[in-house]
Amino acid sequence: MSPRLNQPLYLMMLPVLIITCAFFLIPMGRLILISISGEEGSMTYWYALTDSRYLNSLLQTLVLSIATTLTTLAIALVVGMFLARNRFPGRSTLVSLLTFPLAFPGVVVGFLVIMLGGRQGLSAELGLILDGSRWTFAYSIVGLFVGYIYFSIPRVLMTVMSAVEKMDVMLEEAARSMGASRLRVLLDVIIPALKPALIASGAICFATSMGAFGTAFALASGINVMPMTIYTEFTLGANVAMAATLSILLGLITWLVLLLARSVSGANTTPAA
Amino acid sequence: MKRSLSSYLQLAFTLLICAFMLVPVLMSVAAGLTNNYFQGLSSGLTLRWVEEVLALYSDTIWLTLQLALATLLINLIVGVPAAYYLASSNSRWARVFEELIVLPVAIPGLAIALALIIAYGGVHGLRTSWLFILIGHVLYTLPFMVRAVLAVLHSINFRTLEEGAASLGAGFFRRFIDVVVPNCKGGIISGALMTLTLSVGEFNLTWMLHTPLTKTLPVGLADAYASMRLEISSAYTLIFLVMLLPLMIGVQWSGSRLRKPHA
Repeated sequence: MSPRLNQPLYLMMLPVLIITCAFFLIPMGRLILISISGEEGSMTYWYALTDSRYLNSLLQTLVLSIATTLTTLAIALVVGMFLARNRFPGRSTLVSLLTFPLAFPGVVVGFLVIMLGGRQGLSAELGLILDGSRWTFAYSIVGLFVGYIYFSIPRVLMTVMSAVEKMDVMLEEAARSMGASRLRVLLDVIIPALKPALIASGAICFATSMGAFGTAFALASGINVMPMTIYTEFTLGANVAMAATLSILLGLITWLVLLLARSVSGANTTPAA
Repeated sequence: MKRSLSSYLQLAFTLLICAFMLVPVLMSVAAGLTNNYFQGLSSGLTLRWVEEVLALYSDTIWLTLQLALATLLINLIVGVPAAYYLASSNSRWARVFEELIVLPVAIPGLAIALALIIAYGGVHGLRTSWLFILIGHVLYTLPFMVRAVLAVLHSINFRTLEEGAASLGAGFFRRFIDVVVPNCKGGIISGALMTLTLSVGEFNLTWMLHTPLTKTLPVGLADAYASMRLEISSAYTLIFLVMLLPLMIGVQWSGSRLRKPHA
């Protein structure tokens, strides 16, 4: 190719670079500066990791996100294997049903959890019929967990399904014909073959869960996930330095997990929505 | 073909998960159209709540549409050329830029919103303007537009096409508009639908960036959930779903179209 063909090429990139620098890099730089410019200086990072309020929030969010990721991966593995391997009438409707909620914002998911497990929800009605008391789970950690699984399933399922479709069925058949049990085939053939997809989609699921704000906001439960803690520090506590510190810690965690997953799995990990 | 017990179990589990995804949505739709949800559907169906929502919150619907279209316009103008650059350039910088563009998606929206408020919240007039939310939406959706176009560019041999056009005397911008853009139409459509869908449903950034005068639909939803009766919240959710549905169908349609091998 002649170099002349390439001449104004960098101009094509310039607008995006300007936007990214002005509205992402510079603000992020300011955020870092603010995080260490409070009365305590860079000690805010020490407080963020030792003060029981912040530490508990971080640990709760980590546990919730890890539990969500593992549960969603297990669900997506079963459902994804089934939908990718079987053809039957109504299959594409089921796939659409399972992927439509991809675009629901967290607040809407929170509201849907209230529909299921709130004071007037489905489980409350069911409880009234069965033992005369309203069963509610929406406003506890269970409600958060259910909501997080709700918005994670569409994200993970698509990746798992397309990985299953690319999988070599012969390997499984060979393993089975040599007498391997179902469990052995699952552990020794299927999961290793799907590992890159599971790691990639699991990392996206984890990162999305760590940063999810809307669901916790809508459920207004007493559980302070990290984004809620940041929000409260910023708006109610007016503690901008601590809000900035926690934001940076949270951003570092999600970014590093995505980076790590990409280097391990080699697959593309870009979170959606 | 005879199906085994385990495949019936898998089917049952799949249906259970589908019900988990669908039932609360149907309950919400029903609640939005019922006179009194606590008495049940026997209290009669009504559009009263939908009308009430439209009276209370129609400005949020318009702002959401305005934001989505403006975000799309910016993404088209800056995102498509950027994807072309990333596909054409072999330089090390191109890889760095690609990472840089995707970074805002890897970091929680709340953190980015906080950074934007700290950096530009004091700029006169910007904090209260809808443009402040627009900045957030562009940062967050741009990677999806660039990725969608980039994927198509990687799958077609656009250089040969371009060199052909160049040998016929077409200049750089002529080649970009007449050769490159039409050939990655599929990716542009897919990226555009993704942009609209994400912008319409964006909450994490928007909640931090909004002001009482710049409320989007998801922000209005959060308000309604906290302060309105269940029927109104549900009717509002219904309106949101009606807006989202054609976009989601479009995303699925364009995705399946792209996955098919090119003829």
